[in-house]
Parts: sequence; structure tokens; C-alpha cells
Amino acid sequence: MTPFVHHSGVAAPLLRINIDTDAIIPSREMRRVSKKGLGEGLFASWRYVLPDSRELNPDFILNQPAYHNTTIILGGNNFGCGSSREHAVWALAEYGIRAIVAPTFGAIFYQNCIRNGILPVGLDTDAIASLAQDVSTDPQQRQVAIDLAEQQVTSASGLGFSFDIEAGHKEMLLKGLDSIGVSLQHITDIQCFEKQYHQQRPWLLGRG
Amino acid sequence: MSQTLFEKIWDAHLVKALPDGTFLIYIDRIFLHERTGSIALQSLAEDGRSVRHPEKVFCTMDHIVDTFPGRGDETVMPSGKDFIQATRKEAKNAGITLFDIGDENQGIAHVISPEQGIIQPGMTLVCPDSHTCTQGALGAAAWGIGSSEAEHAMATQTLRINKPKLMRVYFKGKLGTGVTAKDMILHLIGKYGAHGGAGHAIEFAGPAVRALSVEGRMTLCNMAVEFAAFTGLVASDEKTIDYLKSKAYAPSGAQWQQAVDYWRTLVTDDDAEFDEELIIDCDEIEPTVTWGTSPQHTCSIGGQVPALSSLANENARTAAKRALEYQGLSAGDAVLGLKIGNAFIGSCTNSRLEDLRYAAKILAGRKVAKGVKAICVPGSQQVKASAEKEGLDIIFKAAGFEWRESGCSMCFFAGGEHFGAKERVVSTSNRNFESRQGPATRTHLASPATVAASAVNGYISDPRDFLESGL
Ligand code: SF4
Repeated sequence: MTPFVHHSGVAAPLLRINIDTDAIIPSREMRRVSKKGLGEGLFASWRYVLPDSRELNPDFILNQPAYHNTTIILGGNNFGCGSSREHAVWALAEYGIRAIVAPTFGAIFYQNCIRNGILPVGLDTDAIASLAQDVSTDPQQRQVAIDLAEQQVTSASGLGFSFDIEAGHKEMLLKGLDSIGVSLQHITDIQCFEKQYHQQRPWLLGRG
Repeated sequence: MSQTLFEKIWDAHLVKALPDGTFLIYIDRIFLHERTGSIALQSLAEDGRSVRHPEKVFCTMDHIVDTFPGRGDETVMPSGKDFIQATRKEAKNAGITLFDIGDENQGIAHVISPEQGIIQPGMTLVCPDSHTCTQGALGAAAWGIGSSEAEHAMATQTLRINKPKLMRVYFKGKLGTGVTAKDMILHLIGKYGAHGGAGHAIEFAGPAVRALSVEGRMTLCNMAVEFAAFTGLVASDEKTIDYLKSKAYAPSGAQWQQAVDYWRTLVTDDDAEFDEELIIDCDEIEPTVTWGTSPQHTCSIGGQVPALSSLANENARTAAKRALEYQGLSAGDAVLGLKIGNAFIGSCTNSRLEDLRYAAKILAGRKVAKGVKAICVPGSQQVKASAEKEGLDIIFKAAGFEWRESGCSMCFFAGGEHFGAKERVVSTSNRNFESRQGPATRTHLASPATVAASAVNGYISDPRDFLESGL
């Protein structure tokens, strides 16, 4: 997994509340048994004029020249709610998104971000509104910088916000750790637990 | 020390508290489906990892598989066959149990897991599907995860997670005639917002919950995720125990009693504390439908689309405005009488036998209004077979409903079958998001009773007008 230490880039405000994973990647765009090839389907219902076309909708923010090379999304409440599809995060990552700043996130989506090297940053609505305003005058120049080690978001005009993140999540992202590998370090604990657990609840072993 | 049900389950599964503040939690069962299960199994194998306990992993074909009679691996969705065949292959290689197309027990994951007794009180179960919370209805901790987390669970039989906060939603009083579990949950989300349960494991409790059947409790828990909850659950009781008796994967012989003795301990202690508690008086719940594109956009059947000015804040107003444009409605419009072109009875929310019986009660001796496309998709082959045994299929078909094979079907648009742009659908499913049931399709969520009544009239209708004796 690509580590996330520090990143600065073009930030696009997509401030609608409840942007769900169906909107991030419509089901029809999940065509293959693969984690790849999803970037094109990102926000397809908004990004393209017609559902199955690839004609860009000029009104959609990511299609506007000012927001080319967006790597940070400024979102609204409950970002990534809905379906658990990890495809939403794979699509964001493939498109080049490194971080999403929103007041709150869908719980499964949040976990999926951490597992795939995208940093979910929780800031309050006002802070996000001021960041959005800050970037909107000249998105290419007025980039947003995020420092994970310092847990700090800064804007071009010098606004600064600190954010919280669980220590475990932070470490996973900073080091780009493989989650399964990390847990397997505790394999002896798992084995001990399992043995005792099944002794107490023999009916949970195997079928019935 | 007094504990809540969720805390008891949590403690029983705690392998280790980790220094970073997360917890390593043991996972009893993992459920997969062909949409994401294929990818999870494939990716696990590619990384050279194996499934630690194949006997604890189950998989079904529900999301992409067609629901037309006579279906096979081919699907209306382009490339659906690839998902189906990859899943079959990977499931076989991994040695896990698969409920394949043609299996008499195939169906929607969250319908068949309880039906087979795979989920049991006190268990932890995860599935790469957000509506896994449905299964909390059996007194278990069941929640949706992503594919990578599913890989993690299969490889380690654990997940590393944060402890959710605890909420109790207490439904006091008694439901009125024609009011169902679906109306309870829509009402709750409408009242407290789609974000109201964020980060919480929610225990649904109170006399109205106890009065629900186990199936009704599944409907209630199903939409906990639409309330942004980590999961929802209902303490098990004698109904749960009866429900599980002699299910295929439930304990048997001497182990049955052992399990039951344990299950009976799985209730919230009297003075246990929750981080938050909501109380809903069932007197205030009427048949409820959604008007917009968020599950919080609800009103009672006799109500109206609210004025934008009545909404809490600018964000809510912007979202509602957009929702109204999408839905082709205006503030002040009455929901009752809204003309529909389609009716859908199905999904893991409302596709069990009890749901079909509710609908059939209204449909018996009646016909769907002219021009309304009406579809019933039983949640599992078992539900379908039981319904047919009672002759419900005859009622549905005589009324003009299509009678399908089990699966998710048009609960969501996978790229295959859909209702069409700007088509108005009254649906027993759980999501009314933009384009959820097809590009630009307009969804109104409701109970099976409301959907059946609306199908008959051709416009959104109050089921109580059809029910002399009550449900
Ligand atoms: S029925 Fe609908 S909500 Fe339920 S698992 Fe299938 S697609 Fe998801």
C-alpha cells in the first residue's frame, strides 16, 4: 500500500451531504472481477452526460479545467455512506485522490479508505467551508496541504486546522502497512483465544 | 458489572486490546456474495494466503444473478457471468460452502443466513455488504465490511476494529393496524436523520420490538445502516430460539441445549448504560413512505413533501431541493395519490415469507392497476417454496405480479435490468438514492403492505384502506 505522509494538491469542493458509494461508483461501472479499471467510472452519473456515455458533463466540478488533477476532495456530512463496495475507494484511488476531508464518513467507507492508502480527514463543516472558499478562487494555485504526522491541514492562505485520527489508522497510513500482516503478528493470541473459545462453545465448531 | 447485549458479545470475542487503541475481535462467520466475494477470494489467493477456517465461510449468488425463471450463469448485466463463474471457482478452491444457482437454499445472503441457522445469538458475523446488520435481529453482532476487511477476516478469523458507541432505540407502545417494522425504521430515520445513529451499535428494544416476529426484527435491523449505524441488533428471546430450532446449521443434539442456555444470558442487564437512548412512541408511527433520495426524506402516508424552509439547515435544504428535482416533485405535494408506474416487492429488507403474506393479504382477489409493472422477488428459494406451498404465488400472479427466482434483483441496478429513467417505483427495498434502481429511476420506499395497496390503485396508497382485520 502507498504510504501517506504528506500531500499537497488541488482540492475540489463536493459539499453535498450524504454522497453515497453508489454515486462515487455506480454499480453498472463495476464490470470486471477486479479492483482495477474503476477510475473511469468514478462519479459516472455526474461526470458524464448520459449514463453509459463517456461524454464529459462540463458542469461537474472535476471536469472543469480549474480542477484538473484534483487529489483532495472536500466533502459534506456522511461522505461515502451506503453500500459497502470497496470499489468506491479503489475508483477514487485510481483517479488519483489521496485524501478526503469531510465532517463525517460512512463507517465502512472510512475503513476502506484506511486499507487503501486514502486519508480520511474529519473536520467540522465550517472549517471545510472556509477551505472550499479558499481554494475556489484559483484551485490550481491555492492548493491544500495535509500533513499526517502533524495531523494538520493547511490552505494556501494560511488557514490551519488540526484533525484527529486513531493511532492505529495513522500508523497504517504512514507506513503503508499490510493490515493482514499486522494482525498475523498476533497469531499466537488468536490461536490461544480460539482454543478456549471453542471449548466453551463447542457448537460453534464446524457445521452446527 | 451491568452490561449491554452488545458489550457481552464484544467481550466474548475480544482476542486482544491493542496498544493503538483498536481491538482484535474474533469473527465467527463470514458471508460472501458473487459481487465482491469473488474479488476477495481471488485477491487472498494471489497474495498466497489461505482461508483459515473454510467451514466458517459461506457464499451465495444474489447480487448479479438474474431472477427470471429458467436462469443460468448468463445475466442481463454485461459480464455478470464472469462474476458468477469466478465466484464458483474461487469458492471451490477455498473449500467454502456455496449456495449456488439451482441450489434449493440459494437466496440473498441476509435472508438465507438466518434461514439456515448460520447466524446465531451471540455470534459475530461479517459480510462485504452493508446490510449485514439485518442479521443482528437474531441477537448477534453482524456488520458490513469492505472486501479487504473480508480478506482480513478470512485470513485471520479476526478484525481489528474500534469499539462502537452504544445506543438503544426503545419502541414503546403497540403498532397500529397496517403499520409494520418497515414503518418503524423509516419513521426513526425520518425523525432523527440519515446520520442519527452514526458510529453506534444500536439495540432495538421495547414492547413493540418484542412483539415483532424474528422476520420483522430483520426488517428493522436491515436499515440500521441507513441510519448510519455500525450495526443494529435485537436481543434473542423464545421467538428466536423457536426460529432457530432444527435449522440446517443450528446446533443439534446435546449442543442445542448448551447453546440455548448461553443464548438466554445474552440480554442487556437492567441498569446497563448506553451512550445514547432514543424513545419512540409507536402511537406516532403511521405507514411511512419516502419522498426524496435519502432514507431520511420520509413522511407518513397522509403527509406531504415538506417546505424547504422547514428543514434544519442549508445543507439539508440543498439536498432536499435536488432530491425534489430528481423525483419530479414539489414542496407541499401530497404523497398519497402519487401516480406510480412500478411496484417492487423484494430485497433483504422485505422479501421473507411474512412480507409476502402481508402483501398477498391485500392482493388476494384484486388486480394491479393497468399500466403498473409489478414484480415480486422472494428473498430465497426457501421463501419461494414456502410461499408456493401456501398458494401465495397464485395470488401474486393472478393480481398481475411477476413471480421471480430469488436474488437482489432490482433492489439495485447492477448494469442489467432496471425500471427506466423517471419511472416512479414504490419499493420494499432500503435505498432510494439517485439511480439506485436504475439510471434516473424514482424510488419511494415503503412496506410490503403499502406497496401492494399502491400497486392495486396505481398510486401511492394507504394499506389500511384494504385491511379490515389488521395485519
Ligand atoms: S437485496 Fe439489495 S440491499 Fe439487500 S443485499 Fe441485495 S442489493 Fe443489497
